[in-house]
Amino acid sequence: MTTAQTAPTADVAVIGAGVVGSAVARALSAHRLDVVLLDARADVGDGTSKANTAILHTGFDATPGTLEARLVAEGYHLLKDYADRTGIPYEPTGALLVAWDDEQLAALPGLKEKAGKNGYTEAGIVGPDEVYRQVPSLGPGALGGLSVPGESIICTWTTTLALATEAVRRGVRLLRSHRVESVTPGPDATVLHTDRGDVRARWVVNAAGLGGDVLDAMFGYDRFHLHPRRGELLVYDKQARPLVDRIVLPVPSKLGKGVLISPTIYGNVMLGPTAEDMTDRTDTSTTEDGYAFLLGHGRRIMPSLLQEEVTATYAGLRAAGDVSDYTVEVDAAQRYAVAGGIRSTGLTAGMAVAEHLLNLLGEAGLKLRERTDLPDPPRMPNIGEAFPRPYTDAGRVAADPAYGSVVCFCERVTRGEIRDALASTIPPRDMDGLRRRTRAMNGRCQGFYCGANVTGMLERALRTADEEGER
Amino acid sequence: MSTTRTRLSPTVAIVGGGPAGLRTARELARAVPGRTLVLEREQEAGGVPRHCGHTGFGVRDLHRVLTGPVYARRMVRAAERAGAEIRTGAMVTGWSPDGGLEVTAPDGLFEVRADAVVLATGARERPRTARLIPGDRPDGVFTTGHLQNLVHLHHRRPGRRAVIVGSELVSWSAVLTLREAGCRTVLMTTERPRGEAYAMLPLAGRAGLRVPLRTRTRVTRIIGKGRVEAVQIEDVGSGRRWNVPCDTVVFTGDWIPDNELARSAGLALSPGTLGPAVDGALRTSRPGVFAAGNLLHPVDTADIAALDGAHVARTVLDHLAGRTRPGDGVPIVADAPLRWLSPATYRPGERGPARGRLLAWTDEYVPFPRVRVVQNGRTVAERRLPWPAAPGRVFRIPSGLLDAVRPGDGDVHVSLHC
Ligand SMILES: Cc1cc2nc3c(=O)[nH]c(=O)nc-3n(C[C@H](O)[C@H](O)[C@H](O)COP(=O)(O)OP(=O)(O)OC[C@H]3O[C@@H](n4cnc5c(N)ncnc54)[C@H](O)[C@@H]3O)c2cc1C
Ligand SMILES: Cc1cc2nc3c(=O)[nH]c(=O)nc-3n(C[C@H](O)[C@H](O)[C@H](O)COP(=O)(O)OP(=O)(O)OC[C@H]3O[C@@H](n4cnc5c(N)ncnc54)[C@H](O)[C@@H]3O)c2cc1C
Repeated sequence: MTTAQTAPTADVAVIGAGVVGSAVARALSAHRLDVVLLDARADVGDGTSKANTAILHTGFDATPGTLEARLVAEGYHLLKDYADRTGIPYEPTGALLVAWDDEQLAALPGLKEKAGKNGYTEAGIVGPDEVYRQVPSLGPGALGGLSVPGESIICTWTTTLALATEAVRRGVRLLRSHRVESVTPGPDATVLHTDRGDVRARWVVNAAGLGGDVLDAMFGYDRFHLHPRRGELLVYDKQARPLVDRIVLPVPSKLGKGVLISPTIYGNVMLGPTAEDMTDRTDTSTTEDGYAFLLGHGRRIMPSLLQEEVTATYAGLRAAGDVSDYTVEVDAAQRYAVAGGIRSTGLTAGMAVAEHLLNLLGEAGLKLRERTDLPDPPRMPNIGEAFPRPYTDAGRVAADPAYGSVVCFCERVTRGEIRDALASTIPPRDMDGLRRRTRAMNGRCQGFYCGANVTGMLERALRTADEEGER
Repeated sequence: MSTTRTRLSPTVAIVGGGPAGLRTARELARAVPGRTLVLEREQEAGGVPRHCGHTGFGVRDLHRVLTGPVYARRMVRAAERAGAEIRTGAMVTGWSPDGGLEVTAPDGLFEVRADAVVLATGARERPRTARLIPGDRPDGVFTTGHLQNLVHLHHRRPGRRAVIVGSELVSWSAVLTLREAGCRTVLMTTERPRGEAYAMLPLAGRAGLRVPLRTRTRVTRIIGKGRVEAVQIEDVGSGRRWNVPCDTVVFTGDWIPDNELARSAGLALSPGTLGPAVDGALRTSRPGVFAAGNLLHPVDTADIAALDGAHVARTVLDHLAGRTRPGDGVPIVADAPLRWLSPATYRPGERGPARGRLLAWTDEYVPFPRVRVVQNGRTVAERRLPWPAAPGRVFRIPSGLLDAVRPGDGDVHVSLHC
């Protein structure tokens, strides 16, 4: 373990290793700066960034003119590019908004126009026949729709991991399990008091997701207040995948984007999310009411989906707030920046938020001198179904039999992939971390066959790491 | 990236090296010309019995009582001695465009083209997610299969206080496994009005287990952040809810076949079991593809799966000898309280199911059941059976009750009465 206490004063400390903080740390590390990335959790991307609907949004339905609209649209291209370079799996499935009543039907032209204002011109209104041609398994009663060919699905886990991995390979010090409990701003440096000791940095970036307003208050601010808006989701078995090949959205209402049905990058089908305002910022439990709500919607939208088995259920907490846009600002005097209230679009916007924030930091006086010695971006292991997985790659199996040794049968995860994850730049510290890197144990049997094997491999790796750490 | 596969052309390919597949292999290896190949994805063949640390295996097929692991080893040895080739660490991942099996193994990718394929991929328990139990997602939540793997193959300890969901035969298997691992079962919960398997539990030490069983209750929530801390239980009669502290939850029973290959081949499925629909001779809807074991009846005991293997072997031999497939069969429909019946197709005049028994699953306890067989509004047979029908274990019905069924006269409905 790096001892933060004895470390030199960093140029910048980024608090929060979600998709936003990781993108910020990566962007900073392209410059000659000493950067620390801290997170309270034992892994990167273990907050909101791990539990969302994983859609790479075009931004067609954002509120025109907002910072969010701009950054989502920019982020869409930045992340797509980055995914191409690093191997983050994504699939351009397209989306279809379905109108189920006259009011929704009447809203479609307005939505198309709004998309245009957001710079997205490919949306098109379609009649009911076309709706059923595109998604034959839809329940009866659809009146029309808006097709949005650019919407895509992406792997949210690999995205955060890739950004953080590149940051670490560029020299960022990653401090996991470091919760910032209070701060002492000073004339030259700010001291972050964590539950694992102090960390000193000249500049501080607050990318703490749901904890963003609490940290903001530690710097004397009272500009936005967050509360968790819980979203519960059901993930159906891969055998349901033939039912739907694109994202099926309801026409958005005042209550938000509503319940969607979407393929996942792993070949499942997802139903959700709910939207429930909460007070407890840690309550990611699923509920009876949530399930009942989702099943009720699912039964109408796609009754055949409900015949399939559910392989996973989870809940994520969006950072909802009283400010209707992102808050991305820099306080030059305190050398403090915030990327707050990154609500339900942060996966898409993360990289754009980082670029925007970097510009603001530069203007505020942070010296940004580009490095010329950057390592190549990481090549991330593919855990999506759109690209070949190791178990089907004869060349890889021939070169290394571990890729032919399937350990998790449902998800076809091989010994080689688990070994690689355990030896990667940011190795997992627990079973959930290993699941997010490999998909092991995420399948329909949930460990009936492989659970004991996989946990055994993880524990051996953790023991070895411990022993090496003590030496 | 290359997907070049090495072609293998055995006479028979068997997917799954559990009791059903191994027994099929043993019968066929000495009878067919050419190779009999078993593909098993685990590092060791033997199927589920490998991790059932207790005794009770082999009664009906080997006529002795063995522990699961010993039984599994015997089945492997018998198949090998008969000349079957067992490839372990070889997972069948799908079908090639022209109907071969796609296989991934450490020594490469294979395409297996056989004259006959027997699916014997078994069944597993539905995990918590498939049962839609809400709450937190802590560690410490298992199925019996997961638990037994952990304890018997990996010698690990689960926790100290367990709640068991379900009271099937396998639930008692879980109790035994937990006890061996030093974990106390603090509660066994079932929604049913009585413990399903308790009355006919074949375990000698039953009295000594002293497990508090609450009938008419269900788990409504799992509580705990890192590790399970408690489960919320509901009395389904009164709706009253309370928390039971524990660090381990085992979801037992509630079976589903491993039907991925059957489904991706487009085989007709039996709606009750979700396994492939077969006739008495264990043919699926695709010529040359057969099925046996728990894939068809989730879930019966290992010896019954093995006897399926012997049964299907004869059908495979007929197929290889070119004996033509019979014409259309009559669908067998399970009426409430029966959930499923296996086989799901009856071919009049043809070889009946293994051991002359239809296998069935009941959702209600019927102590002195009368079985009624109805075709086209006409009762073709009715008989009282001297054994009870109990949820949580297979109910066996003599297939002779179908003798008077007529071809072309519509579906056969089978139901249970007091
Ligand atoms: C149900 C749901 C569906 C969604 N769907 C989509 C979608 O389809 N597309 C899309 O683009 N976006 C979607 N989102 C939004 C997206 O997930 C979020 O906007 C994004 O993950 C926010 O990232 P973040 O880095 O700001 O927050 P987080 O991922 O929560 O990261 C913040 C990190 O800060 C850490 N932290 C907090 N306080 C402290 C502290 N005091 N000390 C140290 N560390 C601290 C936390 O541990 C956490 O890891 C969805 C969200 C939800 C909930
Ligand atoms: C927890 C538990 C406890 C039990 N206790 C008892 C008991 O006490 N007594 C008793 O008689 N019975 C017991 N049973 C039932 C008994 O284990 C089964 O009846 C028997 O194992 C069924 O045999 P099978 O060959 O049909 O399936 P299985 O034993 O499940 O074997 C199927 C095999 O197929 C393999 N396979 C599946 N898909 C593929 C693929 N795509 N490629 C390659 N290989 C594949 C699997 O790895 C597995 O080895 C228990 C079952 C369970 C789950």
